[in-house]
Amino acid sequence: MAIDSKVVAQVAHLACLQVDDNETAALSERLNDILAMVDQLQQADVEGVAPLAHPLDVSQPLRDDQVTEPDVRERVMPIAPAIEEGCFLVPRVIE
Amino acid sequence: MSWETVIGLEVHVQLATASKLFSASSTRTGDEPNSNASLIDLAMPGTLPVVNREAIRHAIRFGLAIDAEIGRRSVFERKNYFYPDLPKGYQTTQLAEPIVGAGVVDLQLEDGTRKSVRIHHAHLEEDAGKSLHEAFSDETGRAMTGIDLNRAGTPLIEIVSEPDMSNAEEAVAFARKLHAIVTSLGISDGDMSQGNMRFDVNISVRRPGEPLGTRTETKNLNSFRFMEKAIKLEVERQIDVLENGGEVVQETRLYNGETNTARAMRSKEDANDYRYFPCPDLLPVLVSEEEINELRDALPELPDARKARFVEAYALSEYDAELLCADLATAAYFEAAAKQGGDAKLAANWVMGELTARLNADDIGIAQSPVSAEHLGELIQRIKDGTISSKIAKQVFDACWAGEGSPDQIIESKGLKQMSDTGELEKIVDDIIANHPAQVEDYRGSDDAKRKKKIGFFVGQAMKATQGKANPQQLNQLLQQKLNG
Repeated sequence: MAIDSKVVAQVAHLACLQVDDNETAALSERLNDILAMVDQLQQADVEGVAPLAHPLDVSQPLRDDQVTEPDVRERVMPIAPAIEEGCFLVPRVIE
Repeated sequence: MSWETVIGLEVHVQLATASKLFSASSTRTGDEPNSNASLIDLAMPGTLPVVNREAIRHAIRFGLAIDAEIGRRSVFERKNYFYPDLPKGYQTTQLAEPIVGAGVVDLQLEDGTRKSVRIHHAHLEEDAGKSLHEAFSDETGRAMTGIDLNRAGTPLIEIVSEPDMSNAEEAVAFARKLHAIVTSLGISDGDMSQGNMRFDVNISVRRPGEPLGTRTETKNLNSFRFMEKAIKLEVERQIDVLENGGEVVQETRLYNGETNTARAMRSKEDANDYRYFPCPDLLPVLVSEEEINELRDALPELPDARKARFVEAYALSEYDAELLCADLATAAYFEAAAKQGGDAKLAANWVMGELTARLNADDIGIAQSPVSAEHLGELIQRIKDGTISSKIAKQVFDACWAGEGSPDQIIESKGLKQMSDTGELEKIVDDIIANHPAQVEDYRGSDDAKRKKKIGFFVGQAMKATQGKANPQQLNQLLQQKLNG
C-alpha cells in the first residue's frame, strides 16, 4: 500500500493532528519508507508461528474488585481550563 | 412482491462490579460529578491500567450461560477516536481475541414457536464518561458541554448477535431474553432507564432469495418498547426508499422515542476508521480450566430452567411462566407473593395484570413497586379466606399502591371486610325489596332468562347499600330466595 498526500491528510484528521499542505509530501515519503520496512517483514516465513500480541511471555495480573482509589476531584479540577458544578467544560459538542 | 427483514443486535451490558474495569475507583452512580474519576480514568500521563478480576469472571459467566466457547486467552485492544468524554483518546476494548466466543440464545415467541439466535461473540470493554449538553456556558456566554467522567472506565460487555432475527417481535424477544439472562446471573442490574443495558440495531431489507441489502444501525435504544417502534419505523423507511427507486445509504441513525422519528447521525463516508491495535499497556488475559469449571458449577438458575420449574411447581401455563421469568426481579416477586398468598395462579394473575398495568402506567420497575410482594401475598390471603371480594381487593390494592398501609391495615381502617353476617345482609335485602315494589313485580312477571338480567338491579342496590362489602355469592343466593319466594 502506498501512502499519498490524501492518505496523510486523512490520517492526520483522524488523529486530530494539524498538518500543513506543504508538509504532506515529505510526510508521505517518510511513511512510505516505514511501510517498505513492514513489507520486508511481511516476507518472513511465519508458517506455524502463533501471532504475538505482546513480546513478553507473561499474562495479565488481575486485581480484586475493591474500591481503593481516593477522590482526586479537588486536586484535578483546578488544572482544567474551564469547570462548572463539578464538570469539566469543553466547547459544545452536539452530534 | 414481499420484503424480508434482516436484523442483528449489538447489546451493551454494564457489569455489576464495585470498581472499574481498569482502575480501583467506584462504579457508583448518583455521586457528585467527577468524584469517582481516578487519575487512571482521567488518563493522566504515567498511569497504567490493571484489570478487574470480577469483570473477567462476569463475562465468563455470561459465556457459560449461552454455551459459548470461553476465550482461554483474550487480548485488549485500543479503539482510537476523539470525543471529550473519552479522556485517553481511545477506548480499551477487545476485537480479534474476545473473552466470549460464539454461542446461542433460545427464544420462545408469543405464538409458541421457538427460535435460536446465534451470538457471534461478546467482548469486554470500558464505558465512556457522560457529556451534558444542557445549561453550561463559559464566561463569555458561549454554550459549553459539561463532562462527567464518573462512568468512564465502567466495565461493559458488548454482545454481538448474528443477523438471525427477521422482525421487531423477534428482536424484542431476544433482547428480553438477554436481559433475563444477565439479571439472573447477577452480572448486571439490567436497568435500562439508567442506560445500564442498551441496544444498537442493525437493519436491512431484501427481496426473498436475494443477497443482503445495505444495512443501517440505529443506536442506543434503551427500552424494549422504543426498540420495537424504532425497528418498525426503519423497516418501513427502507422499503419506502427502495420501492421509490432509491438506495439505502449505510449510516448510523438516532431514534427519538418521544416523537417516534429517527434521523441520520453519520454516514459511511465520514465513518470513523478506528485504527485498532493491541493495547501495549495490557498483557493477554489467561483463564484457567479450573476457574471456568468453578464458575460453571456455581451458575445460578437460568431463565429457561426457572420457567420449567414454574410450569412444574406452580402449574402455570408456558406463556405465563415465560412472562414471569422475563426478569429476575419479577420472578422473585411472583414467588414471594405466591408463597405468602398460598395461591400461585392468583399471584400470577395479579402480577401480570393489576401490578404490571400500574408499573407501566407509572413507568417504574418492579423493584420500585409501592406494593411489595409481601403486601400482594397478604391481599391474596384475604381474597382466599373470603375476607374481601376480588372487586374490593382492587380497591385495597389501589390504597396500598398509594401508600396507605398494608392490605390488612387498609381493610381494617376502611372497614372493607366482606359482610359475612347473614342477618345483617338479610335486613338490607328486605329493605330493598320493600322499597322497590315496581321492580319486584316486574321481576316476578319475567321468565327465568329475563330474571337473570333483572336481578342485577337488586344486586346493584345491595352493593350500594353495603359499599360493595356484601359477599356476592351470599347476596345472590339471598336475593333469589326472597324474590322467587
